[in-house]
Amino acid sequence: MGRLRGVAKVFPYTSRMHNSNRRGTGAGTAVIEVDGLAKQYRVYDKPEGLLASVKGLFHRTSRLVEALRDVSLTVEQGEFVALLGPNGAGKTTFLKLLSGIITPTRGTARVLGHVPWERADDFRRRFALVMGQRNQLWWDLPAAESFRLHKEIYRIDPARFDRTRDELVDLLGVRRLVLQPVRELSLGERMKLELVAALLHEPEVLFLDEPTIGLDVVAQHTIHDFLREVRTRRRLTVILTTHYMKDVAALCERVVVITHGRILHDGPLAEIVDRFTTHKIVTLDLDATPDPGRIERFGFPCEVDGPRVTLRIDRTRIADVLPEILRSEGVRDVSVEDVPLEEIVAELFRAAAPPEPAGAAR
Amino acid sequence: MSLSAPLDTAASSPGRGGPLAGLRAWWTMLVICLEERLAYRGDFILGTLMRFLPIVTQVFLWTAVFNATSRPDIAGYSRNDIVAYYLLTMVTRAFSSMPGLSGGIACSVRDGSIKKYLVQPVDYVGFLLAARIAHKLVYYAIALLPFAGVFVLCRGYFPTAPDAGTIAAYVLSLVLSFLLGFFMEATLGMLGFWFLEVSSIIFAYMLVQYLLSGHMFPIDMLAGIPTGIAGVTAADLVRWLPFEYTAYFPAAVWLGKIHGADLVRDLAIEAGWVAVMAVACRIAWWRGTRRYSAFGG
Repeated sequence: MGRLRGVAKVFPYTSRMHNSNRRGTGAGTAVIEVDGLAKQYRVYDKPEGLLASVKGLFHRTSRLVEALRDVSLTVEQGEFVALLGPNGAGKTTFLKLLSGIITPTRGTARVLGHVPWERADDFRRRFALVMGQRNQLWWDLPAAESFRLHKEIYRIDPARFDRTRDELVDLLGVRRLVLQPVRELSLGERMKLELVAALLHEPEVLFLDEPTIGLDVVAQHTIHDFLREVRTRRRLTVILTTHYMKDVAALCERVVVITHGRILHDGPLAEIVDRFTTHKIVTLDLDATPDPGRIERFGFPCEVDGPRVTLRIDRTRIADVLPEILRSEGVRDVSVEDVPLEEIVAELFRAAAPPEPAGAAR
Repeated sequence: MSLSAPLDTAASSPGRGGPLAGLRAWWTMLVICLEERLAYRGDFILGTLMRFLPIVTQVFLWTAVFNATSRPDIAGYSRNDIVAYYLLTMVTRAFSSMPGLSGGIACSVRDGSIKKYLVQPVDYVGFLLAARIAHKLVYYAIALLPFAGVFVLCRGYFPTAPDAGTIAAYVLSLVLSFLLGFFMEATLGMLGFWFLEVSSIIFAYMLVQYLLSGHMFPIDMLAGIPTGIAGVTAADLVRWLPFEYTAYFPAAVWLGKIHGADLVRDLAIEAGWVAVMAVACRIAWWRGTRRYSAFGG
């Protein structure tokens, strides 16, 4: 056991599957490899009414729900990946699979060379999962006590523990909170301490399930800065699910969009904007409120707000139209912007057609 | 290691290995559970005092029974013996009863907080044991005074103190009764992996437990009841079940009702049940988490 652990320390990402020449070099090291991962749940329908409930004692109808259909992806060390998707798309199921809480119906996954759902202690010491509303902190005790417990269960060297804790706590500015019972803290304060607890054992992979849900803008910013800082300092690999485009824009260069249990898009954020936007938003500042006829001339949907006019212009035509607009009289200022990320993503979710049902009622 | 350390060292898992580390982790869990229990001390004190009430009613009940009959003893128990017996089962129950254990496990399965123990490198059964020991230690610290008071007041009901060997056997039977109660209820709670609601199962268990543990009447009163099998009484049957070891058995040991080879045999049965239930608990956890992983999560 001692020998094996030693090897694992030197070659952190070496496994039966990997060539040893991939070890430790950083770039190009696959930390997460997922192939054809699928997860079905059986759910029981419970019809309304007392009579139906009595019938349900003898015969229950169930159906299969495909939370995840066929997901394959590879995440390299140090990547920061956002999982986007509407509620029920399979994001949380995916994180649960990667952290070994559930076993898949089909497919394979390796995280840090381990099959997650085998739940080996060696694996569990090397990653962390933070679920937005579930706490690993003890409710009635100060966070410092939970930290102390983590120190022991993750077997962290005492000197190293002190240093890591101080550094994390200072980065988030929560030093004065660690001695207060957790139940007395605000949601944002609790989330920050959850993050500290999750990172004390210096995990190599971090899964975050909606880390900024319900937090105010300031707390969101603090957490963004913190995650960015920790990630660059440690080359941490992070996968996060979120509904806030601010999280994505601030943190993730790679975005995986999941709808109906399948990957709809996987690539840089800019690529999504590129691929899924058909329009640009052009805002004109005119010297006076324009006549309706003067704007309609351009032939695009528009909004007029006093001397300010907002046009949605087809991307393929922008190069032709813009000079014409600029030449027209009374234009004092022009700005050309992409459609807001929220709008693009909302459109993306809507456009994804639900696939055929997974299993017939039984 | 600091956060700013380069990749190669940062990637290596920090660690202190060895069997001692597991023990240290367990000890820290125990201490933290103790701190948590103490956060609720007010509630705890009240709960502790309330537990004396059922015993008082039992004593009154049996006093009435003895008043109504002219017999000096019932199945070998005089009035004094009965009072002493109930006070002693109260002590055993202080070790073997596990309020909230099975319900708590089932609840954490239902609300999903059990996930934490799947993600962290920690042994759930070990954690539960640490939490329960902490729970008991705080309970004893608070209950010691009232218990001592009751025993001083009632000292006249007890026979002379037993010899050192009996006291040793008594202590051993109490420790085993704690472990037996713990593993039985923990296993019961893990049925929560299969059933959404385990409270009715717990209720049925409590009922059987109440009848067969000696909580209601001393088990040797069953010695006169035939079972249909030649030479085997109801008391003989109950002896091979785990229940009487959570109330009757330690009390009977203190009162000197069981000695010699019988004492050794019964202690062995009790230890055997502890082992069986500890294994059952492990299997339930193992199979339960597999089911949980496969179906829900």
